[in-house]
Amino acid sequence: MKLIDEKRVSAGMKRRIVRNAIFKNLFLFATLLCLLFLIVLFYRILSQGLPHLDWHFLNALPSRKPENAGIYTALNGTLWMMAVVVPVTMILGIGTAIYLEEYAKDNKFTTFIRVNISNLAGVPSVVYGLLGLTIFVRALGLGTSVLAAGLTMSLLILPVVIVAAQEAIRAVPNSLREASYGMGATKWQTILHVVLPAAIPGILTGTILALSRAIGETAPLVVLGIPLYLAFLPSSFLDEFTALPMQIYNWTSRPQAEFQDLAAAGIIVLLAILILMNSVAILIRNKFQKRY
Amino acid sequence: MNSMSSDKEQFSVQKLIAEKKKNGAKKRTEKIVPFILLMTAIVSVLTTLGILFTLLFETFTFFRHVSLIEFLTNDTWYPFSDPGEYGILPLISGTLRVTGIAILVAVPIGLSAAIYLSEFAKDRVRRIIKPILEVLGGIPTIVYGFFALTFVTPLLKNFIPSLEIFNALSPGIVMGIMITPTIASLSEDAMSAVPNSIRQGSLALGATKFETAIKVVLPAAASGIIASIVLGISRAIGETMIVSIAGGSTPNLSLDVTRSIQTMTAYIVQVAQGDAGYGTTIYYSIYAVGFTLFLFTLVMNLLATWISRRIREEY
Repeated sequence: MKLIDEKRVSAGMKRRIVRNAIFKNLFLFATLLCLLFLIVLFYRILSQGLPHLDWHFLNALPSRKPENAGIYTALNGTLWMMAVVVPVTMILGIGTAIYLEEYAKDNKFTTFIRVNISNLAGVPSVVYGLLGLTIFVRALGLGTSVLAAGLTMSLLILPVVIVAAQEAIRAVPNSLREASYGMGATKWQTILHVVLPAAIPGILTGTILALSRAIGETAPLVVLGIPLYLAFLPSSFLDEFTALPMQIYNWTSRPQAEFQDLAAAGIIVLLAILILMNSVAILIRNKFQKRY
Repeated sequence: MNSMSSDKEQFSVQKLIAEKKKNGAKKRTEKIVPFILLMTAIVSVLTTLGILFTLLFETFTFFRHVSLIEFLTNDTWYPFSDPGEYGILPLISGTLRVTGIAILVAVPIGLSAAIYLSEFAKDRVRRIIKPILEVLGGIPTIVYGFFALTFVTPLLKNFIPSLEIFNALSPGIVMGIMITPTIASLSEDAMSAVPNSIRQGSLALGATKFETAIKVVLPAAASGIIASIVLGISRAIGETMIVSIAGGSTPNLSLDVTRSIQTMTAYIVQVAQGDAGYGTTIYYSIYAVGFTLFLFTLVMNLLATWISRRIREEY
């Protein structure tokens, strides 16, 4: 009375089921391959760099002798540069996002700005370097200063910050805005006291992630002509400086193995900063972001 | 504010409104703020104009020294002789070779990972693996460059003894790993967006999960997947540090991936580092190369946007 002959079905299906299993494992293998690469990368850099990573390394000036060399000027230079990048990107990024989300009319000009921002996000970083070299370093005469590099980096990460801030502002429900208007608040009061406080965790998360990109970015700095080697700290934003990725690049390009170990140690410091920033971003997102 | 219930209230509200209208400072703020915000938005437009004008202007200056025909047809790029030779083809060829290797690595791995995460993995597994994959995309390229030169190249040399220290293969592979998360993540998004009813229809007809993934979900998500690959190509073309560190600086047209090469990006870095005197032909040549690079990535990005808009399936 059986309508289905199970044996025939399983005989017909067998090859397909086996193929299903094979490919499932193949796909899993490809996924694990990425993880394996990540593990090898971290293991390799840690094992190479950790022995050289000590207090002296963080506090010593760069040197021709590998055993004396450190990242003091590079680390400080990166901090100096970020002191320019953070306020510039925050003001420009959040300002643009507020304009686009709250004020902009739905016309051709607004569409143009939007398309323009998404295209800017795809421009290679080395091209931003050429822009900075022409405008900031040469035309405005800033030279290879903290300011020139900071402004170039700001323009580079601006599209990312804008898009993140836009998403955060868009996620604030309209009912909050309407409640504020209902209380007699003006548009700007509503934005300043209602929309921005509700959106700030999302904005901060996106901004911190973008800033971590600026810290690791090397190509624009090389194109600007930021020195690979500098034995003094900047004392103003118009002074020369060097940055952590430049120092790593410098050591990587040297043939001696000792310098490559130093590069690995520098990379550990760089990655530690990035991991710290990403953790803070995730923490802010999990702790403060409200779901409406 | 529109409906007033009694005369008394109406009176007080009217007074309030009148008072508010008198408040000039607040009114001025309301007018000035949007203007200031518009100015911040204009900065991104100015950035685009800045990039375009910078590249165009300096590229024109370059073409006063070197003819466009030589630039496009000469098969040698050797600016450091006198007179220098400026044929962009070897640099483009170097860029495309590395990009090709990167895509050969990134597309199979990225798509497999996307299919696994979207069609096979349990929700919990996906939530762990996807962020880890994205860590790969967040690692600075200088780190990848270091890794390519000091680990991957020596490793490959064990298998290919004729491999030069600087070559196309090693940076290509490492760049492939770098863009894998881009392709995996965007493709996974595209595949997750395919509605479950379509999957269930296929499974109910007796198809296995693999058959469903390949014959139903993949075609349905094709536009998103292709767009992710095009974006990956664009990133690979514009990538600079990996090829500068591990690719070498000998532009050539040979197809041999074990030899030292030079990409467009690596040339820009080489000249910018080497203090080419301001105003020399070599100095202007980096803008011509940069402009070519910009055009390549622009076309790729526009193509990606066009694909994901044009061939989008609506459910």
